[in-house]
Amino acid sequence: MTTLQTSAPAQAPTAYTPSLWARLKVNRNWMAVWFMLPAAAFLILFLAYPLGLGVWMSFTDERIGRTGVFVGLENYQWLWDDSIFWLSVFNTLLYTIVASAIKFVIGLYLALLLNRHMPFKAIIRSIVLIPFIVPTVLSAIAFWWIYDSQFSIISWSLIKMGLIDHNINFLGDANMARGSVIFANIWRGVPFVAITLLAGLQTVSPSLYEAATLDGATNWQRFRFITYPILTPIIAVVMTFSVLFTFTDFQLVWALTRGGPVNATHLMATLSYQRGIISGRLGEGAAIATAMIPFLAAAIAISWFGMQRRKWQQGSNND
Amino acid sequence: MSSVQIRDVRKSFGGFEVLHGVSIPIEDGAFVVLVGPSGCGKSTLLRMLAGLENITSGTISIGDRVVNNVQPKERDIAMVFQNYALYPHMTVADNMGFSLKLRGASSDEIGKGVKRAAEILDLIPLLDRYPRQLSGGQRQRVAMGRAIVRDPQVFLFDEPLSNLDAKLRVAMRTEIKELHQRLKTTTVYVTHDQIEAMTMADKIVVMHDGIVEQIGSPLDLYDRPDNQFVASFIGSPAMNFLKGKLKANGSASFEGPNGLKLPLASAPANSDGRAVVYGVRPEHFTIADDGAEAEIVVVEPTGSETQVFAKLGGEQVVAVFRERHQFAPGDKVRLKPNPSLVHLFDEATGKRL
Repeated sequence: MTTLQTSAPAQAPTAYTPSLWARLKVNRNWMAVWFMLPAAAFLILFLAYPLGLGVWMSFTDERIGRTGVFVGLENYQWLWDDSIFWLSVFNTLLYTIVASAIKFVIGLYLALLLNRHMPFKAIIRSIVLIPFIVPTVLSAIAFWWIYDSQFSIISWSLIKMGLIDHNINFLGDANMARGSVIFANIWRGVPFVAITLLAGLQTVSPSLYEAATLDGATNWQRFRFITYPILTPIIAVVMTFSVLFTFTDFQLVWALTRGGPVNATHLMATLSYQRGIISGRLGEGAAIATAMIPFLAAAIAISWFGMQRRKWQQGSNND
Repeated sequence: MSSVQIRDVRKSFGGFEVLHGVSIPIEDGAFVVLVGPSGCGKSTLLRMLAGLENITSGTISIGDRVVNNVQPKERDIAMVFQNYALYPHMTVADNMGFSLKLRGASSDEIGKGVKRAAEILDLIPLLDRYPRQLSGGQRQRVAMGRAIVRDPQVFLFDEPLSNLDAKLRVAMRTEIKELHQRLKTTTVYVTHDQIEAMTMADKIVVMHDGIVEQIGSPLDLYDRPDNQFVASFIGSPAMNFLKGKLKANGSASFEGPNGLKLPLASAPANSDGRAVVYGVRPEHFTIADDGAEAEIVVVEPTGSETQVFAKLGGEQVVAVFRERHQFAPGDKVRLKPNPSLVHLFDEATGKRL
């Protein structure tokens, strides 16, 4: 009887056995990890670490030039009793809600307008984008001059037209200043909304409108029953971004008013900067910034549920 | 139900005329097919009928009302689009009931109307689905259902079958024809497929480059095409054309290229020596000892018939035989056209002689 030799003879103890490290280097399952590592490193270094550090700082009394010690919720307790903080929360909500709502209405209107056939369509579309591509600080400085208490072109024009007899104090009066920064934010934000919605509109087949026209729909009914429902997923995405950008806005307000007059235009972002960097109380500034997280999370949650694929978008896709 | 009159209709897009005076009478309850190659203006004409395009000049009437300046929704027409144009965010039932809803019908009325149309088209089990969940043929039926619900004066179809696969197309063809026989609604149907036109139409309108080439029943167009274009467009495989001269002295005959001689039943008076185009349909060739010699190039059997491509007088022609001849490429055969079924066209104008 002969035994069939199926495995290699085990008489070579000096044979090369790869180390764990060498095997990990070529293992197919680990391959994905290697590929993800660079991206993960970037995200951890520039996103997760600063975020974690910020949250940690909000629980310390750290100041510029001095490492803080853990103080628990003291910063938050302090803010809870701080009327300026609550004013900044109110300002931020007002700023976000008013600016986003107006940006949506104007952006949608512009998108519908630009979706029509008209001469010089391409040029007009690029002009609409200009406010978006100008650097924020540059446009903020332009607005600063437009709103200047002495040299405002608006005041000057209105005086020349004989409509008013003295300069408007755009940035000196609390409500005027709020309106002015909101206007500047809308001016900057409309192109993003308009162009994105326009892209959405262009995916709607013209024959749907023709079918609706034959079905007897008026212009308004075509918008209400065809355009709007088909556009809702894109509206949800655009408005989420618009709300997030507006809520966290800093540059425009800082360049225009630095939160003044008398904190009337302080947003949470600008207040956080003022307390944390200018006044050097890093812990308190971090607490204000961290306090923005629940609001942002809520905005994302709302859009998450709004953006969930609707039933009509699901199902087999055989076109 | 209504008749439709199209009278001397022209259409220009920015100074470029695409329809050059088209007149088509459409009787009440007729199934009229506009057929022609792409770019002939047939879809434009249909869209003008629907009110989606302005009429540059001429008149279109539905019933006894001129509709040139009537809004699409007041024309009482329904249209089935090539891509179906189903509203993606509405269920089948909502798609079908949309026009009734816009009219302000009660939900009871809408439900009844949708149910009636869904029964006609076998759509009852699909009413709660969304267009994405339907197959091509089902979408096609929903698009027709949406038209039926409105109970319009005129149905318009714009190449409705061109997005379907070949088998489904044949099935839907029959279904649409049967639907028309049941509902008897005046129908205008646009297609570029002459087989669709032949099989479905009561009346075919052949269009080409913005004019009407011929209007007639399918078999009229097949048997007596007015000109070379209609002759070449209707029929598959297409009619064979040979250029040459008439011999009218003695017994009439045709002299083609390279000394080819083909028979004619008769020639028009005073036409000896006239330059003509000799047209013969593939199925009107027979193999006969007194035929003209031809060399077989390709043989394509389909089972029910055999298509034979051959060189006749140096020109390639196609012949179709029901009999199963055993041909091989290179064989010499004698092809004879049936003289009484031959078509003669003027070489210069292409008009039938």
